[in-house]
Amino acid sequence: MGWLNRDIVNVLDFNREDLELLFSKADEMRRELKDNHVKKILSDKIIGLAFFEPSTRTRMSFETAAKRLGAETVGFTGEEGTSVAKGESFADTIKMLDSYVDSIVLRHKYEGAALFASDIADHPIINGGDGRSHHPTQAFLDLYTTKTLFNEIDGLTFALIGDLKYSRTVSSLIFGLSMFKPKEIILISPPQLSLREEIKMFALNHGLKLREERDISVISDADVIYVTRIQKERFPDLQEYEKVRGSYKITKKLLETYAKKTAKVLHPLPRVDELSPDVDNTTYQAYFIQASLGVPLRMALLSLVLGGE
Amino acid sequence: MNIKKDDKLLVSKIENGTVIDHITSGRALVVLKILNIKGNEGYRIAIVMNVPSTTMGKKDIVKLEDYYPNSEDLEKISLIAPSATINIIKNYEIVKKYKVEIPSKIKGTLKCNNPTCITRKSNEPITSSFTLLSRDKIRIQCDYCGSILTEEDIIKELVGESQ
Repeated sequence: MGWLNRDIVNVLDFNREDLELLFSKADEMRRELKDNHVKKILSDKIIGLAFFEPSTRTRMSFETAAKRLGAETVGFTGEEGTSVAKGESFADTIKMLDSYVDSIVLRHKYEGAALFASDIADHPIINGGDGRSHHPTQAFLDLYTTKTLFNEIDGLTFALIGDLKYSRTVSSLIFGLSMFKPKEIILISPPQLSLREEIKMFALNHGLKLREERDISVISDADVIYVTRIQKERFPDLQEYEKVRGSYKITKKLLETYAKKTAKVLHPLPRVDELSPDVDNTTYQAYFIQASLGVPLRMALLSLVLGGE
Repeated sequence: MNIKKDDKLLVSKIENGTVIDHITSGRALVVLKILNIKGNEGYRIAIVMNVPSTTMGKKDIVKLEDYYPNSEDLEKISLIAPSATINIIKNYEIVKKYKVEIPSKIKGTLKCNNPTCITRKSNEPITSSFTLLSRDKIRIQCDYCGSILTEEDIIKELVGESQ
């Protein structure tokens, strides 16, 4: 299907071949970055960064990626300071921005916002996270990081830990994994934060082997230990958040006790208290590598979508 | 199961209007709510509930004199009573008879039950859109947020309460 001028709303709009092309392009970008020889292939482009919700990594890595390739960026973070605060509709904001730029990277707290924006805009919409639904570029990054670390994705066991209910990175990662052949996906969460039925059903219908567990010791089977933060901002009731807050924590001791020596810990970040800083200087730590790969991966994505050959 | 003669005599025929037959038993009042009929509009209405049916075991029937549901009403009825048949009556005779049918895409008929679905955001030019996942045990999926609505969820969205 290819990437040129495509909206990136949902991982499932793409196939394995598309992802492999993206990953090889990201490898190319990494080489160019390393050699300090990045071609300014997007120097005639302006990219809109419309972040209605806060973001550090996604926004900054997109902005860095765009600038490395010679593009300009315009945009905002948070609704304050924009006409949305005066009551302007989301649709009008997107329509206006679409007339200014060549592509819009969008983040919004409402599920389906990116799909709606893609109905409105003529230029490609890149979903930087919509509510609990999708975060396709994070899933691309998680898969790319896995491939970089293990040289393959097929045959690996993934343990997904934490807030599997509200985390959009988890649902997008499961969508992405459905295009590969992982050995097994182990789901570890407090009962209140179990994976949503619709995602579970999707996984089972697409031949993914899921195993739900409560005991953290099962990380012993995992190659990739994917930890997520409890998504406080998506709880309808903060009392419910308090009940699960601090209910799991990945520490150096826990990893040394249970995990395979070759296992790697990924985390989409930011972390709060679910992943101890004492893991940072162990061989398990791969979340900073993951964050750093966000730039070449998003450079690859922008160049494929905007056709900067 | 035999239908007793006395049961048949309970409700007289209507001259002109609509008979909605084969409604899932216990759902006749939901059908009236969907049609927004409160009873004070002046239509002659007969409601028959939990009567024996050869195909369904038990069923409900609603007879509405001088009332003809529109296509949106029928789409809603199909979601909560998928076996319902519509009989259009003229001069005591059935002039048209058809089954309701759940469309594979349901647009604008009901709201998504997820409060943070973009289709629920006020002041946006957006129409709800669902894809039918299963007809037997009705399940529909919001095209925007991915939420799956069961029959119970659909009733709650259509009439504001569970049945």
